[in-house]
Amino acid sequence: MRFLWGKLVHLSLVVVAVTALTFLMLDHVPADIASEVAGQGATSEDIAAVRERLGLNDPLPVRYGRWIAAAVRGDLGNSFASGQPVVEAIRSHLPVTVELIVLAQLFALLLAIPAGVVTAWRAGSPLDRTLGTVAFGFASLPAFALAIGLILVFALRLKWLPATGYTPLTGGIAANLKGFLLPALSIALVEWVPLMRVLRGDMISTLKEDFILLARCKGLPTRQILIGHALRPSCFTLVTVFGMQAASLIGGAVLIELIFSLPGIGRLLVTGIFAQDYPVVQGCVLLIAMAYVGMNFLVDVCYGLLDPRVLKGGR
Amino acid sequence: MGKRGSITFWLAIGWIAVVIVCAITAPWWPVPAPDLIDPDLLATPPCVGHPLGTDTMGRDIAARLLFGARVSIIVGFCAPLVGMVLGSLLGVPAGFYRGRPERLILFILDTLLAFPGLVFLLVFTFVFGASLTTITVALGVLTAPRFARVARANTIRFAEREFVLAARGVGAGDFSIILREILPNVLAPMLIYMLLVIGFVIVAEGGLGFLGLSVPSPAPSWGGMIAGGRDILDQAPHVSLIPTAVMFLTVLSVNLIGDAVRGRLDRREGQL
Repeated sequence: MRFLWGKLVHLSLVVVAVTALTFLMLDHVPADIASEVAGQGATSEDIAAVRERLGLNDPLPVRYGRWIAAAVRGDLGNSFASGQPVVEAIRSHLPVTVELIVLAQLFALLLAIPAGVVTAWRAGSPLDRTLGTVAFGFASLPAFALAIGLILVFALRLKWLPATGYTPLTGGIAANLKGFLLPALSIALVEWVPLMRVLRGDMISTLKEDFILLARCKGLPTRQILIGHALRPSCFTLVTVFGMQAASLIGGAVLIELIFSLPGIGRLLVTGIFAQDYPVVQGCVLLIAMAYVGMNFLVDVCYGLLDPRVLKGGR
Repeated sequence: MGKRGSITFWLAIGWIAVVIVCAITAPWWPVPAPDLIDPDLLATPPCVGHPLGTDTMGRDIAARLLFGARVSIIVGFCAPLVGMVLGSLLGVPAGFYRGRPERLILFILDTLLAFPGLVFLLVFTFVFGASLTTITVALGVLTAPRFARVARANTIRFAEREFVLAARGVGAGDFSIILREILPNVLAPMLIYMLLVIGFVIVAEGGLGFLGLSVPSPAPSWGGMIAGGRDILDQAPHVSLIPTAVMFLTVLSVNLIGDAVRGRLDRREGQL
């Protein structure tokens, strides 16, 4: 347990360092937020008042200290632009991103698991090589280019799905899912490749184990050996990569969110940066860093559960 | 490497060579200037005078691809170089000294990895202005932590080897051991890793261009060209699809080359 505590302290310090770095960087952006917030035609007194109200006159360490003290209590301040509490802005944008990530990663798994199992089972066969080549091709396509292609085919030519637009869940599950299908696919078609590769690699070594040989000798059907016996012990790296992908998508699906006009965290973050709405940017950065760090911690815990030596001895 | 493998390898080398030659010779091609607007020919398909057609503003797509290649090639090759230098500066000492300095450097690396890349890129270009240099440096910094991990792992591997102990035995200092014994050995895996990062960087620059945040307009970038054709995808798909295809072939070629070179090195190491 001491190992996990040390890890936790290290990772909390990372979150503090990331948010402090964000403060430092935003402080150097050459723009006068106060005059932006005060609006056009504001007198210099107005601007000074806004500056005082937003606490921009205090030195950087004081401002950061105030922010993090409030953040620990769950208060991330209010948006400069709209006055809305940042926590609420995140709460309204996060479900969209989470739904996008869940669907994208689900599609990625649906592609990666069958492909990984089959290519491991028939390693070196023409099928393995063909799937490997296809995967290599998809790994070289940016998600935004895939999105353009998918829109062209499925929205404009076949007219099966809407090109852009978001329908909240209150507008019906079918309409909601329709809007998520293309963006989720754009991400999944890129993300399935590393998943398939690690599964194939682990599965090939699992299939060489004695218990697989035993299962074969007992005359079990191949399908049952592959799915029932070999898949589970081969999934460990897959789960790790899967988790890291999901964590990085919280702030990393920006382009897809913008192309399909989905009101997610990525879009909140980018519009926040463009509008110099620093409390919003800070809140999003905190969320993204915590997702990254949290996933790292989870992975370490999993390693620890599987191999107790990790917990006792450090790295 | 099988015969088929080596054919695709040489095709990939050929494509990259073509792109580099195009980037160098961009001004000498018999096509209109990349920012010349032809108001009579908006988003036309390939025709006489415009071998690949025009974009939504009536600019020649071929010319913009040629000049856009300069951005992709310069950023694609220089940013990983920046990342490699920064990564070595962090990773080699971390692997060599271990203990407290290593923990400090690992903390810095974790912080960089947890930092949202897009925020870094956007704020960096806000502060220093969007130009070829700032984009290259920013993307280089983003790749540095991964290079540092490779550098650290390889330094740890070599730091205990006989030739390092021998150098220490004849009285060589830390600095000279790092410079003469460690660095030459760490360089090879770093260069291989660099090949794998180039594709990632070209895609990342494309993403920035797509957001309109790469080189300032009207200078062309492939990502910006793809974004430029988004609104007329139905009527004139070639405006987006041609730059998409060029970018795809380039990234695919770089990845193929990186994969082949890494495979060859792995096999050599296996034989040792």
